[in-house]
Order: sequence, then structure tokens, then C-alpha cells
Amino acid sequence: MNQLYDVIIVGGGPAGLSAAYSAWENGAKKIIIIERDRELGGILQQCIHNGFGLHHFKEELTGPGYAHRCIELIKDKPEIEVLVDTMVLDVLRNKTVIAVSPAKGLLQLEGKTVILTMGCRERTRGAIRIPGERPAGVFTAGAAQRMVNMEGYLPGHKIVILGSGDIGLIMARRMSLEGCKVQAVLEICPFSNGLTRNIVQCLNDYDIPLHLSHTIVKIHGEGRVTGVTVSKVDEKMCPIPGTEFDIECDTVLLSVGLIPENELSRGLMLEMHPLTSGPVVDQHRQTSLPGFYAAGNVVHVHDLVDFVSEEAEIAGKFAALEAQGKLDKNMRTVKVNPIDGVRTCVPQKLSLPQGGEKAKLFMRVAAPQRKVRLEVKSGDTVLVSRMLPVAKPSEMIAVEIPAEKTALMGDEITVGLKQ
Amino acid sequence: MAVETKIMNCIMCPLGCEMTVTIEDGAVIDVKGNTCPRGAQYAKDEVTAPKRMLTSTVGIKGGLLPLLPVVSAAVLPKGKILECAAYLRNVTVQAPIKTGDVVVKDILGLGVDIVASRDMEKI
Repeated sequence: MNQLYDVIIVGGGPAGLSAAYSAWENGAKKIIIIERDRELGGILQQCIHNGFGLHHFKEELTGPGYAHRCIELIKDKPEIEVLVDTMVLDVLRNKTVIAVSPAKGLLQLEGKTVILTMGCRERTRGAIRIPGERPAGVFTAGAAQRMVNMEGYLPGHKIVILGSGDIGLIMARRMSLEGCKVQAVLEICPFSNGLTRNIVQCLNDYDIPLHLSHTIVKIHGEGRVTGVTVSKVDEKMCPIPGTEFDIECDTVLLSVGLIPENELSRGLMLEMHPLTSGPVVDQHRQTSLPGFYAAGNVVHVHDLVDFVSEEAEIAGKFAALEAQGKLDKNMRTVKVNPIDGVRTCVPQKLSLPQGGEKAKLFMRVAAPQRKVRLEVKSGDTVLVSRMLPVAKPSEMIAVEIPAEKTALMGDEITVGLKQ
Repeated sequence: MAVETKIMNCIMCPLGCEMTVTIEDGAVIDVKGNTCPRGAQYAKDEVTAPKRMLTSTVGIKGGLLPLLPVVSAAVLPKGKILECAAYLRNVTVQAPIKTGDVVVKDILGLGVDIVASRDMEKI
């Protein structure tokens, strides 16, 4: 079966769903979403807590609630086809997508454009090399979340959580609500990488201690975890001898970072960014390979799904326009360079038509700072300047550049912080 | 009169505004640093009667999954959250369920319903 799709979307999480809806709104006539799980919605289906959707749907929703909204938008549209329980094995540079499912066997789909929305996965114990025994009871926080919220199992009863990212904090509360005892949350950095609201409502509410600048130096247990040895770390994140103490537990949950899932992108030999671990994209979310777009956590890990949807809608729109031959081919490229305290910025480049085009930049800072000025500059000309009362690595900063300002740009712009 | 100021982070949305709250004799008289009115309301509630949303799961029979995610239709007293969560651990419903269906009416007599946060078709 060789059918030509306007847009093939790899991954049916929030990014894939939002991209599909936007592609449909922008005139694409033949769209397909390929999802490997048994249902659409991606990781949202296991994030049963609330706090989603305030920007995008102007309403506070749970994760499944947000997924439901996205699914409702694409449902019953003859132009949008959905394949679940289908794994994409390979994507070729000529926009052929090879997938397999128990129901349909091996599939080969041809697209005019492809949008990559595979999301991200968790770093594991192996990725951070925690020494000690190899007992059962060590899980990534997301795996435990799926067990507790969807599958109906408890991973353990007495919990230590390593890493204070949002998933770790949310799981600290979740395990407490299920009657478990969360002994402590340990964070190697001198600051938490989670949202402040989650420190308040997930840790403080349940009197769970957060040890900053601490890490696990040994996991104990034969067969099953019996405890961990924890040590304070110095400013280089090295354990300080003599500061060790033990915590008894039967389970260790790891919330130690997310990595964009880019096996397919690497297979396509897309230009990748070393810090975001995702493909380099322009403001349309087009990658280095024409016709291939990427959006959501596969490009850079977001803290809010609302921004994932926003980014995916952009990708969906421009993929749809390209499929219909409506995309301006005559564009110049402007490089975006993060400097002075800004660690990463997406998009990494802008593709500008004559007269410019409105663009939104999403940034992360390297370290927490107070009262700083964010400046977008072309040479010495300040294009956009904004005062930030607080800037934290855990909270993505978004800034919009009006079309008339983009017209003033040279071949590169910088985004940086100024005291 | 006892006047006290407290630094408090709003939890109403992911912005997490840092607010300076002035309290006089147990009542909030001033809130600074909030971006929207919800922040001021949160600060007042937090000082007098803290409230939280509750999200958890209940068992479900006959659906795609063994668990159904649920959410409180409104905020509950913070001190009652663990008790409500414990109550929900023993609740089981039957598929099909639609988003928004009431799973537990008036939980523990607190005047708040617990509703389904996703659809679960019967299989």
C-alpha cells in the first residue's frame, strides 16, 4: 500500500496531536498519526495530576484531561487517520516511513512532509552510574508513575527519590497519597530543578525533606533494596568524604533528567544540537532536512505541555503549507546564538521571508538568577528587551520578536542576560 | 497588634509567583508580587484555611485499564487530603465511564464530588 500523505506524524502524544490538528486547520487533506502505545495521548495519560492547560485551553486540566481535549479535536475527521499499537521502525530521507503493527503487519507510508514528535525518555541508573548492589526496587520515576497510575501496582512502600525534577516531586506526593512513606528527596544541584509550586504542594505539604547538594553514593540490598548511603556534594558535585549517612528504604525512584528520543532523527542524519539533544530547527520547526519538522520534547525538553502544543501547532501549520506548495522558498537564514547566561534557545535559527516574520524564542538559563534583563540583539542593536524578576533553569522563558524587528536582523542575533 | 510578613509561593499555576504577604492578627491585609487575582486569594486561603485539589485513581472493572484517574471537582481542605485519598483506594467503578462522571458524590461529607478525569470505554 503506497499512499501519499500530506503529513505523516511520528508519535501521538500532545505534540503529535496538536501538530495534526494544526495541519488540518491549515488545509492538509491527508494526515496520519502513528502511535506505538495502545492509545493516543502519550505520557499525559499517566500524569494524572492537574496543572495542565492553563495557557493553551485557559483552564486547569489533569494530564488525561488535556489529552482528552487534544484527542477530541482530531477525532472524526476524515482527513486525519490514526494508527495505534504501531511502531515506526525507520524513517528514510525520501520521507518514506516504515512501521509495524500486530494488526496490519509491515507498513510503508510515503509523505510529502514528516513531523517528528517522539517525545523524550528518562535517564536511568546506568546513565548516572550509581554505585552499589544491583537489587530490585530501583525504578525511574516515570516507570513508577505508570505502574501506580495506570497499571495498578505499587513499586514499594518506603521510598527515596533521587532528583527533584517535576516528575520526582509529583511522584513524592503520589506515593504519599497511596499510603507510602517517602523518606527523602535528594538533589545533587544546590537548587531544585522542579517548579516551585511542586516543592510547595508535593514536598512541604507532606513534610518530605529535600536535601539539596546531596546524592546517593551507594545502593544497598541483596535481592531487594534495603537502603541507600547519601553524601553531601561539593560545588563540583563530588561527594564530600565524612558527610555520608544512611536512609532505610525498599524503593529508589530516579528523576534525573529526560533525554529527547531521537534515534529516528539520528538515522535521518538531521543536524542535532549538543545541549538540547534534539534536532536543530528554525522557527517553523523545520529541521536541517527540508520537509522534516520536529516539535515538542523531541526538540528540547519542556516543562509545560502548553508550550509543547504551541510549538507543535507551528510545525503542523508549516508542514501543511509545504505539502500544499504554499511555503515561501525564498528565505534567508539568521542564526540564533545564546550567550551570557542563556544556555539553550529554540529555534536555533530563523528562516525569514522579505519583510520579516514574527518569531518566538524559547530559552533556558544556565543558573538561577534574580532581576536580570533578557536582551535579543543583532550586533549592537537591541531588538527586544525584557526584565525578568526571576530566571531559573527549570522554567523555560518565552519571548516574542515582532515581524518588523526580525526584518532588522543581520545574519545572526544573540540572546543573553544582562545584570 | 501582631503584624507579620511572609514570603509565599503561589501554587495556582506553573508561574509560581513569589508573593510577600502581610498578616495582621491572623488575617491577610496585603499581598504583593502576585501576577493575577488568584494569587491574592490563594494567599488568603493559605493563611486561614489552606485548600488543595486532589488527584488520584480508583479501580475500574471492564475497561482498557485497571485504574481510572480521578480529580476533585473543587478544592478540599488540605488537612483532609490524605483521608480522602485513603477512601478512594477502596473505590471501584464499572466501565464505561465518561470524563466528568461523578465517581464519589460528596466525599467524606466535605461537599465536593470526585469525578473521572478521562473516558474509559467498556471492552
